[in-house]
Amino acid sequence: MDFPIISSLIILPTIGALFILFTKSSNSKYQSSKYVALFISLANFILSIYLWLIFDKSSINFQFVENREWLSGFINYKVGVDGISILFILLTTFITPICIISVISTIKHRLKDFLIAILIMETLMIGVFCSLDLIIFYLFFEGGLIPMFLIIGIWGGERRVYSAFKFFLYTLLGSVLMLIAIISIYWISGTTDVEKLYEIGIGEQYQKLLWLAFFSSFAVKTPMWPVHTWLPDAHVEAPTAGSVLLAAILLKMAGYGFIRFSVGLFPIASEYFVPLVFALSLIAIIYTSLVALMQEDMKKLIAYSSVAHMGFVTLGIFTMTQQGIEGSIFQMISHGLVSAALFLSVGVVYDRNHTRLIKKYGGLVTVMPKYGIVFMIFALGSLGLPGTSGFIGEFLILIGTFKKSFLVATIASLGVILGAAYILWMYKRVVFGEIIHEEIKSMKDLKKFELLILLLLAIPIIFFGFYPEPLINSIETSVTSLIDNYNTNLTQSIAKK
Amino acid sequence: MENLEIILPEIFLSLTIMFLLLFGVFKNNSSKLIYNLTTLSLIILFALLLNLYQVSDLSIFNNSYKVDSLATFMKLLTIGSGIFVMLTSSKYIEINNINKMEYPILTLSSILGMMVMISSNDLIVFYMGLELQSLALYVLASFNRENLLSTESGLKYFVLSALSSGLLLYGCSLIYGFSGSTNFNIILENSTSGQYGITFGIVFILVGLAFKISAVPFHMWAPDVYQGSPTSVTTFFAVLPKIAALSVFIRFLYVPFAEMNDQWQMIIIFLSIASMIFGAVAAIGQKNLKRLIAYSSIGHMGYALTGLAAGTNQGIQGSISYIAIYLVMNLAFFSCMFMLRRNNEYYESIEDLSGLSKNHPLLSFSLLIILFSLAGIPPLAGFFAKFYVFMAVIEQKMYFLAIVGLLSTVIAAFYYLRIIKIIYFDKEKEKFETDHHFGLKLTLAVSTIFILAYFIYPSGLTEIVSKINII
Repeated sequence: MDFPIISSLIILPTIGALFILFTKSSNSKYQSSKYVALFISLANFILSIYLWLIFDKSSINFQFVENREWLSGFINYKVGVDGISILFILLTTFITPICIISVISTIKHRLKDFLIAILIMETLMIGVFCSLDLIIFYLFFEGGLIPMFLIIGIWGGERRVYSAFKFFLYTLLGSVLMLIAIISIYWISGTTDVEKLYEIGIGEQYQKLLWLAFFSSFAVKTPMWPVHTWLPDAHVEAPTAGSVLLAAILLKMAGYGFIRFSVGLFPIASEYFVPLVFALSLIAIIYTSLVALMQEDMKKLIAYSSVAHMGFVTLGIFTMTQQGIEGSIFQMISHGLVSAALFLSVGVVYDRNHTRLIKKYGGLVTVMPKYGIVFMIFALGSLGLPGTSGFIGEFLILIGTFKKSFLVATIASLGVILGAAYILWMYKRVVFGEIIHEEIKSMKDLKKFELLILLLLAIPIIFFGFYPEPLINSIETSVTSLIDNYNTNLTQSIAKK
Repeated sequence: MENLEIILPEIFLSLTIMFLLLFGVFKNNSSKLIYNLTTLSLIILFALLLNLYQVSDLSIFNNSYKVDSLATFMKLLTIGSGIFVMLTSSKYIEINNINKMEYPILTLSSILGMMVMISSNDLIVFYMGLELQSLALYVLASFNRENLLSTESGLKYFVLSALSSGLLLYGCSLIYGFSGSTNFNIILENSTSGQYGITFGIVFILVGLAFKISAVPFHMWAPDVYQGSPTSVTTFFAVLPKIAALSVFIRFLYVPFAEMNDQWQMIIIFLSIASMIFGAVAAIGQKNLKRLIAYSSIGHMGYALTGLAAGTNQGIQGSISYIAIYLVMNLAFFSCMFMLRRNNEYYESIEDLSGLSKNHPLLSFSLLIILFSLAGIPPLAGFFAKFYVFMAVIEQKMYFLAIVGLLSTVIAAFYYLRIIKIIYFDKEKEKFETDHHFGLKLTLAVSTIFILAYFIYPSGLTEIVSKINII
């Protein structure tokens, strides 16, 4: 057997976390913990880049598959990647070091525990994106609740307890139904191995109920309207790094789940429920954009914008077109970068002024010119200006949607306008205008490390905006095979009738 | 009598009890020594049982006493948790001045009763074991004589338990009357599902058993007894009698009445649904940790019964795995409770845990793991316990039971989260003492590592349990 590269990616952060747990660092500084965390997360990033380089983009099969006996007799530990999951792994390993840099320079209180939580979180997130067995997927998917609950609860803002509980119970409630569905699949098909399930398919009569059970979990996590209400609370109260992890990666688990499981395993049910998903996505796009316009808190505004952007993603996935699904994946990656950057940008001014209320700012550009520039890049990325990665994603999704339904696409396009409205209006109120508040005058411009992490995020946003080829190239084969599989299933089912 | 060696553990235990009793009576101030000898004899007993593990399916005394894989495994669980209970509570009974020489001897006789229950294949033998177990427990519950709550809990437990024993005996007599025998195998031959007398008998016996594992609606004693008894006895209560009662449940339902499962399945389903929901909802408002764990164990018994409702070997194995993981979690939880000591006083209110993570990071980390595991969050051991049970239930297409069960885990998660919130998010209080004895630390470390690392090699338990085939 070859070197188990995927398992190494999964296990490495946990080893780092254990190392931090058991090293006695000098009480106040935590120097060694900081370096260990940073080193481990960077090593993981390099390992994932290496994985991407040796990954065969022309193959439709899962690659680097590891299959070990785990729960003897019925469940195997099976992991592997295809073109879709590898991008999410890259996103995770890219965002984690950025979170760690942001944490070690801003968090003073119980830093060691925070680093452990982030590293454990990384293990679980990578696990979600490469597990090829439903039970293993569930373990990773649900396991993420524990560190996130602690991150919001320990390092969060004033109403952190309420938000942490809401986050935990909402997601748990959605997921238990998925667990029932997974066990049912085992008894219906005799396996929970995703690859085998793709081959043998799941009986048509069961698909709708199973689809709904999976949907209940993914819809909460995405989050889709009307179960999105945990997200603004969680974002507002979470510390900056927590918001970044939540927006950039946790939400993507659900989008990934839709592609891999809902569409992949239940094609007939997916086709049946397309109107439902379209309706919910459109409501999410329009309604939450309007809500975002009225927000006074910057983090809350970005949180609502996340719901709207994820609305685009679900819309794109269920168009079942090459452009739609590729656009959705692209949009998820892009949103992962942009929302992470926006939350970090808010974190920058919050650290200085200790408020996130928009009306407490104004005229920042005169005291923080560098900040004005990078914040603008991210604001433009969020509204999808051509030349940023946000544009490619939304554009592809809208093309896919036009193929499917003119009306839906038209309404969704309105969302793009609203998206520009709320983000630009916020940008104008925060950065431009005259300085009204005295405190603003004493605010210092970006420190070196802040500039570093924001630029690190700005580079891929602009790069992929101009040259999306590397990303599209890697997902193309996998998406084609997914859609082929979907269409064959549909035609077979129609032929039977 | 050629195969007397298969009950060697029981013989050894009875002799030990008598010897220790005499020793304690004739030698003054020997309570500490007897306590240690008890622990030692439990360890020897464990070894004797392990030795028996290869023996499969033997019976003795006219087929009224069975030693099979179920019995041996359940006895091993009982003795194993007995050892850990003894290890954890030695300091507690010293400080609370209940380190009398009777204490360990009563514990041993209760364990003997449980072993008889687990092996019984006959109503009379089963009743004998049950009473031996319970009588010792009545005394243990009220062992702290000077404490009002402890006395009350002993009395309460005695009165209610006597009532349930009465019902149980009535059920036994009905079954004897209608089938002509007390032996499980002969009952199987003589009974047909048309006989109402037998059905009534089953119901009465199930009521008695449900009382012993505190399943709703026969749970009323549990919170008061858990809270009132000395914590060391509560640890015992929370774990050992449940193992014994569950194995009687399995043997009683699946040996004589396996064919009549349409008669008793609804009762089990009702008991389990009621226990799961009630356990989850009633625990929310609790302020005392022992009381909270009482409600939590009511809920957990509901899950263990869920497996039995499935009516398959897979279900039985699920229940057995559940109880095995449950006992580890409970032992771990109580070890943490024994660590909440300050100036020779033990604290048991949830508020006392406030901000524990600041001063005691390792202890709070263990509690975090234990509580998330009790809530059934993957990848901890508690999740697997639920997973096995629901695997069996869904195989039988009992979706309603599965959905109710998993939804009540979400409700239950709330009160576990509340404790975690108090430990991790709230303001810190005074420090607790940290000089714990070795046995306590060992128990906590072993059980926490078991819970945390269970997912790495889950096959271990399933392989052992899959050898238990009752049907």
